[in-house]
Amino acid sequence: MIYNIPYIAVVALILIGLYAVIFKRNLIKIVIGITLIESGVNLFLITLAFRKDSVAPIYRGSGSPLMSLPVPHALTLTSIVIGVAVLALMLSLVVHIYRHYGTLDSRKIGGEEE
Amino acid sequence: MNIIDELIFHSPALIVAIPLLGAFLTPLISKINDKLRNGFVIFIVLLTSAIVLLLANDIYSVCGKIHTYVFGGTQTITEGGFAIRILFEVDGLNIFMALIATILAIAGVIYSWAFMKENTGLDKYYTLYLLMIAGMFGMILTGDMFNFFVFLEISSIASCALIAFWTNKGKAVDAGFKYIVISATGALFILFAVAILYGQYNALNMAVLASKIQFSFLDKIALVLLISGLAMKAGIVPMHMWLPDAYGRAPSSVTLILIGVTQASLYGALRMIFTVYGGNLTNTLNQIGDINIDLNLLLGIFIVGLSLLTIFIGVLMALKENNFKRMIAFAAVAEIGYMILAIGSALTTAFSTTDTTTGVMALKGGIFHILNDALDVGLLFLVAGAVYYATKETSLNSLGGLARNMKYTTIFFLIGLLAVSGMPPMNGFASKLIIYQSTYQVNPILAIVAILCSILLLAVFVKVFHSAFLGPKLPKFDEVKEVPKSMLLAMGIIAVIIIFIGLFPDLVLNNIVQPAVNALTDHTNYISNVIGGIQP
Amino acid sequence: MRGMSRIVKTVTNVAFPFIMIYGLYVIAHGHLTPGGGFQGGAIVASGLAMLLVAYGSIWVVGKIKEKHLPVLESVGAIGFIGLAFIGVLLILFYTSYPASFFKNFLIGQDVIPIFNEIGKGLANINTAGVIPLMNFAVGLKVIAGLFAIVLVMAYSTRLKEEK
Repeated sequence: MIYNIPYIAVVALILIGLYAVIFKRNLIKIVIGITLIESGVNLFLITLAFRKDSVAPIYRGSGSPLMSLPVPHALTLTSIVIGVAVLALMLSLVVHIYRHYGTLDSRKIGGEEE
Repeated sequence: MNIIDELIFHSPALIVAIPLLGAFLTPLISKINDKLRNGFVIFIVLLTSAIVLLLANDIYSVCGKIHTYVFGGTQTITEGGFAIRILFEVDGLNIFMALIATILAIAGVIYSWAFMKENTGLDKYYTLYLLMIAGMFGMILTGDMFNFFVFLEISSIASCALIAFWTNKGKAVDAGFKYIVISATGALFILFAVAILYGQYNALNMAVLASKIQFSFLDKIALVLLISGLAMKAGIVPMHMWLPDAYGRAPSSVTLILIGVTQASLYGALRMIFTVYGGNLTNTLNQIGDINIDLNLLLGIFIVGLSLLTIFIGVLMALKENNFKRMIAFAAVAEIGYMILAIGSALTTAFSTTDTTTGVMALKGGIFHILNDALDVGLLFLVAGAVYYATKETSLNSLGGLARNMKYTTIFFLIGLLAVSGMPPMNGFASKLIIYQSTYQVNPILAIVAILCSILLLAVFVKVFHSAFLGPKLPKFDEVKEVPKSMLLAMGIIAVIIIFIGLFPDLVLNNIVQPAVNALTDHTNYISNVIGGIQP
Repeated sequence: MRGMSRIVKTVTNVAFPFIMIYGLYVIAHGHLTPGGGFQGGAIVASGLAMLLVAYGSIWVVGKIKEKHLPVLESVGAIGFIGLAFIGVLLILFYTSYPASFFKNFLIGQDVIPIFNEIGKGLANINTAGVIPLMNFAVGLKVIAGLFAIVLVMAYSTRLKEEK
């Protein structure tokens, strides 16, 4: 049972992130929601790599002969880099929107009438 | 081996790497001169399209040939039976999408020479433009699931930055923000599905995954997540909210490549359903009485339902719009609905045991419509951009009588109008006729809805044509001149290809579309070219 | 934005070289220990961001001209793609060479012997062929890119009365 806790954490993170993206109105909260979804997916990727009684896949002559898989570590690293780039882009756009409209409420921006 | 054979052998990597190298060289070259930078960008795009044409010639020469390319080594399967390297695999469907992307890239780059001339920050514009082209080609040519996700994110980040290019207006930045939120969420769903599949089968390669996949409960979750994520990127109702804003408020040359990115996501959905899950499409899910509900029937009915909704909402929202580009964007939504309609009805009948010709014909119509729609909607957006460049107006209420001053633009808009609504002798007629014919045999109501909405689209665009181009000359448009020659050249390239496909549809159908349909329905050929047959 | 007090500036002066050396260490040993291009670059960029917080964005922009940063970023990216291309371009020199894009062309050859060894010890830097060079290129690009993002965000949101 104790080995299922990371998976429960993954589902909780993704659901909270989706709730923030769909139901919140403040633009910064939507950005935080997307970061939460991304953290959940990264946690899921790393949890897949674990084997019971394994060591880090670095040293060749270590004690236990079992190593955790190194491929999901590389996938997670790529995903974190992409997440940083998306976060930087979204925050720059929020700075521009605030400078132009003066408010961060998503109901008051972007109308077609102006 | 001489130089041409070497070029064809290394071409999948070169098609992605040359725009990438060009994108990183552009900030250095733009410090020297401006015209040199424009010429350098056009040279890179022409070089890439030459390599694409060489590869297309090589693949169409033999029936069913698949060209694989391994990064950093010579083979993917090691001694122990593991698949370890990243693989690019080019078959008939891939090279078909690459040809569409090439035409859009050439037209876009030539168009943006004159369209963006008075803007500042142009070195960043061209860097991001080449990055978007590289991401689009990478998404189309890859044979590895995680690599597909990486190129999807590259193209969505680059296109978001380009949609919000006119930062002095608030509306374009808001459209970019909506686009990146929905794009990032969809891509994270896709990554979640790839992680689920990797955890079960220890494989990221599409061909190895296709040979090992069974239909457990986790696989069903992965299929749902994959289709939802890719539908978010393709603009299918109810995830279409970003499409009118993003297409309508971006510069027109950016919208052209955005159409390519949207259709590459649609290609991704096709590849996942037909090739990765190909062996499971005839699995029986339930049995009601003596009717088997297979997976393909369920998926097909669901996709057809979504497509009817998409066509309706696209056409009805286009009827009430007043902004020129937003109206064309809603027409683009409706056209995506047509493609999905053909693919859904092909799914319901292509694998049945009694009658398979209807399914294959519907698939042919759907894939032919991908090519036609990209060209038609692209030409319409270029014309809208030209009108904006000449008059600085976007609302239809303030335009009028432009045909006297802008003769060539009017002719191009007429060609685009006839092509989008499916009138002969343009290319829209050929593909829409195949769609009507094949969906009629699945269910007559589908064909009636499709024809009705085509007529409504014709009504919408005739209204636009009359109010923007015909009519008396307004006094404030006295000094409006014809647009510069490079924009006319870009529109002319696309218009010539539209008329050529419209006059000779048989040539295109037998030589270009038929290999794509063969590659899509024959997933065992795909698997055997990488790992030599389905492993037990 | 305005800088912080003198105590913060003194501690930053002491800690900044250590952070830079640690970041470069993580980049250089990327093929042996956990780390590599992006991780080490992020550490150096956060050291530079610490400099930005302590001294104020106006002083930092006065010292580092912001137009040099895209050039550094492009040099890093061109180094990465150029090393990947050399694997293909070697077909022009040796006509029977099994070339492919991103091929590790420095392992198992005798022309340049310095990168030739495989697995000699646990902490030997020149053991993995072309991978440490790619780590350096990616590290340079990440340093320039992340620092440019933080600098532009800090400088363009300064309050109006600080000039």
